[in-house]
Amino acid sequence: MAEKLGREAAKHVAELAKLSFTDQELDQFVPQLEETMHLFDDLQQMDTTGVEPMYSPTTEVNGMREDVAEKSGQKEALLQNAPETKNGLIKVPAIIDESED
Amino acid sequence: MAFYDTDIEQLHAALVNKQVSASELTKAAFDQIKATDDQVQAFLALNEEAALKQAAAIDQAGIKDDQLLAGIPLAVKDNIVTKGLTTTAASKMLANFKPVYDATVVEKLAAAGVINVGKTNLDEFAMGSSTENSAFQTTKNPWDLTRVPGGSSGGSAAAVAAGDVLAALGTDTGGSIRQPASFTGVVGMKPTYGRVSRWGIIAFGSSFDQVGWLSRSVKDNAYLLEAIAGRDEHDLTSAKKEVPHFAANLAKADVKGLKIAVPKEYFGEGIDADVKEVVEAALKHYESLGAIIDEVSMPHTKYGIPAYYILASSEASSNLQRYDGIRYGFRAEDVKNLEDVYVRTRSEGFGAEVKRRIMLGTFSLSAGSYDAYFAKAAKVRRLIADDFTKVLADHDLIMGPTAVSTAFKVGEESSDPNKMYLNDLLTVTANMAGLPGMSIPAGFSKQNGLPVGLQIIGKAFDEQAVYDAGYVFEQTTDFHKQTPRLGGQN
Repeated sequence: MAEKLGREAAKHVAELAKLSFTDQELDQFVPQLEETMHLFDDLQQMDTTGVEPMYSPTTEVNGMREDVAEKSGQKEALLQNAPETKNGLIKVPAIIDESED
Repeated sequence: MAFYDTDIEQLHAALVNKQVSASELTKAAFDQIKATDDQVQAFLALNEEAALKQAAAIDQAGIKDDQLLAGIPLAVKDNIVTKGLTTTAASKMLANFKPVYDATVVEKLAAAGVINVGKTNLDEFAMGSSTENSAFQTTKNPWDLTRVPGGSSGGSAAAVAAGDVLAALGTDTGGSIRQPASFTGVVGMKPTYGRVSRWGIIAFGSSFDQVGWLSRSVKDNAYLLEAIAGRDEHDLTSAKKEVPHFAANLAKADVKGLKIAVPKEYFGEGIDADVKEVVEAALKHYESLGAIIDEVSMPHTKYGIPAYYILASSEASSNLQRYDGIRYGFRAEDVKNLEDVYVRTRSEGFGAEVKRRIMLGTFSLSAGSYDAYFAKAAKVRRLIADDFTKVLADHDLIMGPTAVSTAFKVGEESSDPNKMYLNDLLTVTANMAGLPGMSIPAGFSKQNGLPVGLQIIGKAFDEQAVYDAGYVFEQTTDFHKQTPRLGGQN
């Protein structure tokens, strides 16, 4: 392992995560992330053949309950948290980019 | 009045006998907050008007014998949603967010008549070990205002240590209740995964997050856990287990013959000598009370940090996808199109540490890295959990230090995230395995006079054994009675 993340790969991951960084930020972030990933490399040397992955400590599975509406009818309160509203709806910018061509 | 030389039972008796009113107690809490919080900065928001109104209503109705928590002022970490009361997770992203519902734990407390005095500071989205990652303010340690209170529940820990309240709600994903408890000389319990509903907790690492209390005493903590624990239909990972009467059962607490495992890895490299000294003395104390101390090995302990930071960051990167600038929270200005809303909102709304974790998580889950990172870390998580299973098969409890050091200076570690991550060495493993862990005041460093915590880890859903051992220690020592002299350095 121990391959370095690198600037280009970091930009790709940022794209996946819907984040963007300035060049200055990348100068700081990339070495920090690489150092953390260096910590991760300790795991690569471990033999985990046949080990069942553990994704959660819970033993509860498939809990069922009736699907009933609760605490509903709070449209006004919910809309108050929206960044922009119009006529009782949430307003968003145009989905199609109109800034070019 | 500082909430120091008292506890829930005493306050309750005084309330029932009308020696004091809920309104007076609530005012006392706000007076203490106003006297201390300019320095400590534990609170992000005060709930003064609503709290005094609630207290007056409780006084009007009268407090009965069986309403133990009615009229007791407490505080809530600001990543736990409170209806109509701004809940920020200490992030610019949620700076003006007013929840439309109460978290299950908050609902239960309100029904019990607990008075919420306000919301406490934390590291943004609970990611950090010092509260320095808060977008709004850095909380200071009441024992030494040049030092951090730990994190991420640093505001709750500092509020209790400053005598503002008897207890405050926290959350613990990798040590965020226990490490600040250790740094501020208070009790901090992270219950078993599933013991307390996570509904209404702003999600960070969903397979790790648990709600619990920071408190002045073990018994108060036990009473308060009883009040918030139990199955909740809104959180299907909450356990269908009966909740014991933790506090009442303390009457039978005894450590004679108790088998305590002490992993040698908990005293290895990276743990400060002054911390080891205090914890070793605490273990000797248990031995003198008849407990059997047994050195064991938990060989996968050192892999806890890398495995935790892969898994918890992966879960965080998924959980934090919801902050997109559309329905609630922050939205960047002058955005051109939808993609721009997402990217600019997230890049401007999240702080540096949150972005680092999202990056680590997104990388670990991405095609080409999933097997080597996410799946690998999940296998290591199993090995860590197996270490606990083996040791707890023939021991009642595991003990060791809570934190690798005493409280460090503000600014000392904040520029180096990787150094900051090592703070969680001794706490993350209990979250990996889902086990209950508690930090109790064990003494003070001979080097700098700061509090040191002893960590007690128990079997799944056996918080009782953890509380019992902590209670016996507390009854036979007076470390928990020491209080900081705010303003002066200790």
